[in-house]
Amino acid sequence: MTERLRVHVDPDKCQGHARCKALAPELFELDEYGNAHEAGDGIVPPGLEDKAWLAKSNCPEIAIDVIEE
Amino acid sequence: MSDVNQPVAHPPVTDWINDFDHTDPQWTEDPFPIWDELRAASPVVHTERFLGCYMPTTYEAVREIANDTEHFSSRRIIVRDVRPEVARNAAPPITSDPPVHKPAKQLLLPPFTPDAMKKLEPRMRAICNELIDGFLADGKVDAAARYSKYIPVRAIAHMLGIPESDSDLFINWIHMILELGIKDESKLLEAVHEMSAYFSAHIEERKNKPTDDLISYLMNARDKEGHPLEDSHVLGSLRLLLIAGIDTTWSAIGSSLWHLAKTPADRERLIAEPALIPTAVEELLRAYSPVTMAREVVKETTISGCPVKAGNMVLLSFPAANRDPKMFPDADKVVIDRRENRHAAFGLGIHRCVGSNLARMEMQVALEEWLKRIPDFALDPAGTVTWSQGTVRGPRQLPFLLGKAM
Repeated sequence: MTERLRVHVDPDKCQGHARCKALAPELFELDEYGNAHEAGDGIVPPGLEDKAWLAKSNCPEIAIDVIEE
Repeated sequence: MSDVNQPVAHPPVTDWINDFDHTDPQWTEDPFPIWDELRAASPVVHTERFLGCYMPTTYEAVREIANDTEHFSSRRIIVRDVRPEVARNAAPPITSDPPVHKPAKQLLLPPFTPDAMKKLEPRMRAICNELIDGFLADGKVDAAARYSKYIPVRAIAHMLGIPESDSDLFINWIHMILELGIKDESKLLEAVHEMSAYFSAHIEERKNKPTDDLISYLMNARDKEGHPLEDSHVLGSLRLLLIAGIDTTWSAIGSSLWHLAKTPADRERLIAEPALIPTAVEELLRAYSPVTMAREVVKETTISGCPVKAGNMVLLSFPAANRDPKMFPDADKVVIDRRENRHAAFGLGIHRCVGSNLARMEMQVALEEWLKRIPDFALDPAGTVTWSQGTVRGPRQLPFLLGKAM
């Protein structure tokens, strides 16, 4: 069975740099203040794994987790 | 007793590690080797100048300080020779600490989301093209004075609802506050006074005739108890938006064009692959971060193993952090397709720049429109590039030759 990825934004760490939204718009949403949270349940659809890792490695606040399930 | 208005002379620096000075001409001209020297010496260095000031030299030390609002206050955010009285509502939220900071910040965030910036984009493209129309036929231009300077000032004027034609007035105040004001308090106070009078008049106007702009937005804002903001808070925030939004992005656009003028390979690649421009913008922000902030130490602590004492200022150099090779491989090279880039150009922690989405949009649009119309350009060997001094670093004179005939 292949592994599935899930992304999660720690709301206490996110400061709204919005890098994740720019790099992986399918996986993240912004609230009215521009702070990010994962779209839906955070499960990464097949084909978007690279974008999930890219979002994580560009978050200046280290607020994004990519969980391998 | 010395006259407080007398600018202090700064002797040239001979010992950077124990006597650094970010206003020294050598730092202004080429700070990168200085930062490398300081970083190799210690994660935190100290100078007796500016009535005592530390500087964290590593990305990690900068992050520690940015995230520690208990020991490091934002009530003073510029390292100066003088420590003028701290005004209440100086420029919230940038000069605010918790718990006052969060509500003040949340008030400013909604008008600056990426979606809000998308609506501004057509106006920005038009401004860039108007500016290019003004000099393209000349075959040469000072790109700092005629292009990068006017993009952010007209953008923020447009958002605030004040005349874009007042741009030169704003630019002069900012020069007095951020450059001359470091060593000459009277210039600082004069500019702050003029600026307050200007905005007060605009606030008064809107009391009778509300408008659809940021000034009216702030006047209509309500705190948690439903009270309108005090006039001093509205004024402070307007001052902040104007000061923070102009020479910062002016510098970032200027440094980006300066890099592209002397790096034809990067220029050609961005023309061939315009989709790479947003990634390149991040790398240019990392390599040539314009903004250095400050904190005041309010309680003794330890940063990266170094003791830090209350009463000193801290020069919080995001630009130096962004050149830390421990954080960024090939930190001293511009890698326009760098994939992993946690740069701190817009700060880290609760004081992340409110205008970061605006700045990014302005930089992308400014580079896209320039490269579309001026694919070939180079530094003019007959001219001199000059850099601003102090808190915000960018080219203030950027002589280019334009077109194939260079």
